[in-house]
Amino acid sequence: MKAKIYAGLLAASLAAAPAANATQFTVEIENLSNAIYYTPFLVAAHPAGTSLFSVGEAASANLQAMAEGGDISGLVADVNGLGATVVENPAGGLLGPTASTTFDMNTDGTSNDRLTIVAMLLPTNDAFAGLNAVEIPTEPGTYTFDVPAYDAGTEANDEILNGGGAPGVPGMPADPGGLAGAGGTGAAMADANTTVHIHRGALGDTDAAGGTSDLDSRVHRWLNPVVRVTVTVQ
Amino acid sequence: MKVIANRILLLALGAAVLAACDSSDSVTPFVPDPPPPPTATFEVTVTNLTNGQPLSPIGVIAHADGYSVFSIGAAASVGLEELAEGGDNSVLLAEADADANVFATASGGAPISPGGRETISIEVLQSDLAGMRLSTSTMLVNTNDAVTMANAVDLSAMQSGDTLTLRTIAYDAGTEADTEMAAHIPGPAGGGEGFNAARDDDADRVSMHSGIVGADDGFASSSLSNQHRFDNPVSMVRIERIN
Repeated sequence: MKAKIYAGLLAASLAAAPAANATQFTVEIENLSNAIYYTPFLVAAHPAGTSLFSVGEAASANLQAMAEGGDISGLVADVNGLGATVVENPAGGLLGPTASTTFDMNTDGTSNDRLTIVAMLLPTNDAFAGLNAVEIPTEPGTYTFDVPAYDAGTEANDEILNGGGAPGVPGMPADPGGLAGAGGTGAAMADANTTVHIHRGALGDTDAAGGTSDLDSRVHRWLNPVVRVTVTVQ
Repeated sequence: MKVIANRILLLALGAAVLAACDSSDSVTPFVPDPPPPPTATFEVTVTNLTNGQPLSPIGVIAHADGYSVFSIGAAASVGLEELAEGGDNSVLLAEADADANVFATASGGAPISPGGRETISIEVLQSDLAGMRLSTSTMLVNTNDAVTMANAVDLSAMQSGDTLTLRTIAYDAGTEADTEMAAHIPGPAGGGEGFNAARDDDADRVSMHSGIVGADDGFASSSLSNQHRFDNPVSMVRIERIN
């Protein structure tokens, strides 16, 4: 699926070299997970050559604030500084398992031809879903992008539910689904890879009142993709 | 590289033979060296997307449609087994160099740490571009026999300056049981044995990898921890045609 998308984008970009970008399109964000909730999404169409994160590079402080606590205010300032076309919190709060949100974007009169979408996974320490500066399709049609979960690399995945959401504070801020346990002793020390990378997944355990993790390994795990983004160009 | 060199040699020999036939007097005419056939260079940058799995030196193979590093459901070649169990790409690349459908091969210089990247150049004849595919292959070294590959990516439409970025998933070579024991894991988490010719997985066939279980998840004899678990994709491959 993924290879097909990239191949398709390559073919499109080769065929229609400097064509005008779609200025009006519809975006659907779908939560594919079983028990993960997303904090408010930041959606930005922005110029090529800019991005909010790069794999293998340390997270910015603003990305860290989003990944650890769901706070997108710093990233909003970042993309506004780029002259981006911005949609904040399209779902009007948390986006629950298998739920979706759909909205329109209009980049008329801008050079905003790349699309970035980010939000934190709850309950996790610093996991976020990220569509990273993909080229916005120009030809009419429906385009699907499968989005993986990244680890910001900024916080140990201790999987302890203690309300910790501020940057640098250990622990997970919340489990909106109410399926987590308590009393975990800590599932992991600091990440081996402290740059932005693909999240290795939640560990969890089956002891709701103890064990190492407050997550339930039977419900809180996921496999990529965790979000599906569908862009429709009329 | 070897293939290109051979073709240049053949062209040179052909020119020399023609020159010998044409010369009717005792003066040997000056025959300039024929210009080398035009080539195209691709830079392949591999980024390690995992938390705790160094990648062994990358093997890069430019080839036509008739070659593939592996097929799902088929037994791995000995070269792929050597790579998947011990991180050594030399046998796989030698197998490729001996295949008539392979244009060129190249190897990375060192393992790539989690979060790290390396750029490897590979050169092919422009006359080979029409059907060109590119494959990469590397081991996740803190495993028994996990590998990740970009599999026969079609580059025939790429022009100079074009880039293509894709993500790769992890496969199980199917040549070694996933014991997760230190004695069978060559990477830093184990320091154990690499290649062993025995094929003792439950089935001798390549499949998608089902991931690490690890001691933190109740696999008491595993030398791997929560840090070594992974989800797909495990590497990012960026290909740029330079000329």
